[in-house]
Amino acid sequence: MTSATLAPDRPAAPRRSVRSGLPLTRVSGLGLGVAMVWFSLLVLIPLAAVAVTAAEGGWAGFWRSVTNEQTAATIRLTVGTALLVTLVNIVMGTLIAWVLVRDRFFGKRALEILIDVPFALPTIVAGLVLLSLYGPTSPLGVNIANTRIAVFLAFLFVTLPFIVRTVQPVLAELDPEVEEAAASLGASRYTTFRRIVLPSLTPAIAAGAALSFARAVGEYGSLVLLTGNLPMRTEVASVRILSSIENDNIDSAAAVAVVLLAISLAVIVVLDVIQRRVVRRG
Amino acid sequence: MAEHSITRTPVGRRPGRYVLRAVVTAYLFLLVAWPLYLVGRNALADGFTSLGDILTDPDVTHALRLTVVIAVTAVVINTVFGVGISILLVRYDFPGKRTLNALLDMPLSVSPIVVGLALVLVYGGREGWFGPTLEAAGFQIIFATPGMVLATVFVALPLVIREVVPVLQEIGDEQEQAARSLGANAVQTFRRITLPAIKWGVIYGVVLSLARSLGEFGAVKVVSGNVLGETRTATLVVEEKYLNFDKGGSYATAFLLALVAVACIIVVSVLRPKEDR
Repeated sequence: MTSATLAPDRPAAPRRSVRSGLPLTRVSGLGLGVAMVWFSLLVLIPLAAVAVTAAEGGWAGFWRSVTNEQTAATIRLTVGTALLVTLVNIVMGTLIAWVLVRDRFFGKRALEILIDVPFALPTIVAGLVLLSLYGPTSPLGVNIANTRIAVFLAFLFVTLPFIVRTVQPVLAELDPEVEEAAASLGASRYTTFRRIVLPSLTPAIAAGAALSFARAVGEYGSLVLLTGNLPMRTEVASVRILSSIENDNIDSAAAVAVVLLAISLAVIVVLDVIQRRVVRRG
Repeated sequence: MAEHSITRTPVGRRPGRYVLRAVVTAYLFLLVAWPLYLVGRNALADGFTSLGDILTDPDVTHALRLTVVIAVTAVVINTVFGVGISILLVRYDFPGKRTLNALLDMPLSVSPIVVGLALVLVYGGREGWFGPTLEAAGFQIIFATPGMVLATVFVALPLVIREVVPVLQEIGDEQEQAARSLGANAVQTFRRITLPAIKWGVIYGVVLSLARSLGEFGAVKVVSGNVLGETRTATLVVEEKYLNFDKGGSYATAFLLALVAVACIIVVSVLRPKEDR
């Protein structure tokens, strides 16, 4: 299929059905053991260390770190902006997917490539890229550097592919004849979209939205040069964690990191639930 | 499949179609295309002087070399691990498979700064869980190349798996069973049957992992210590040069990184439809 160029944002994971297979042999069992040791050393133990470090200060210490005025402001800004960006992505992402699947025009291939740019572009370069059009030397004459709009814009840029790439394959599989039938029975375009198309797209949109939200909440690189990281104004949670690390305040860094980890975990659970529901329905 | 994705519009040619097309094109132009073009223009504003300057600066060339070494190492590790775990997930049955399956996607949604912090907490030389022991044995992880490789492997971990698993599921295991019943051992079956069948999935995964690994910034920043000429990667050079008012050098380095990233995307998008047709 021409549409899904970049798979990471395609719902490959939700489709990853866990059907039963062969029982483990000695070789594959050994392989699994090695893989699990590696995965634990790399991912599970370090992430557990974050949780343990945050818990060492006790609940009171954790709560104090998280509700510290400046920290609370970063969490509010990060989660609020991420929610807003996800809402915009739900509309624009679905729209872009629709145009890429249903429309044919010169230059569509170029748009396909543009969608994937934010995924492959190093985040620090993404910040510089946005700065060149919306920063102090903007040819448009707008300068949003060091404002909250810059945070919004950076999130919008890095999360662009997620909903597009999850919706696109589902939309391509959709049979236009059902829509034609609805239209021939007198349904308006809007009714057809709302009653026929949207329900089949909802799981894909939800999966993409979850990924896009998680990505925005954890974003760091693109903000460094763009937002100035002004405390109480444009500082996001990741930046706050980094400055805590640099000030050797590991406990406070771990406390905020746990909040972000909880959000990541929630997203994974949501994705898993969506996957199960889709499998049951299909 | 390719024909199917470019289906006819169900309800004729309406003006709404052109409005949508214009909105989407304008959105992508303002958000991605124009800013990307400007970086190229800024990098080449004074001809190739900036590019020439950074390519002759020993600190920058060292950073570029280090970036390539780290990225290639990370991609090799992730490819071996990714292909192995994909085969286990698709072909075998074991307790906890579902949880593992979900956890493998975790790196995609964890903040790079949290990744860095997590690695420092375990492998940090002073207070990490394993760090002091490893350092006593002569292995420095954090503030050294191994830590930067670990951070890069972490953030790019699911990419190969996400490409290979769907392909493995699609090809089924009849051919593998046939090979085995004809007396092929596990290695022969993998090399002669499985690997050729999943070749394209692996290649996409490798290209995407490479793009991601070359560009990793946050996690590497936390674990690197950013020592000039030692543990500095290309993305860190972009930041440092920009903050030191060397905008020319910053744009030039960013331009190089952007070129590689866009090249990776184009490679994937050119290869992929060919295989599906």
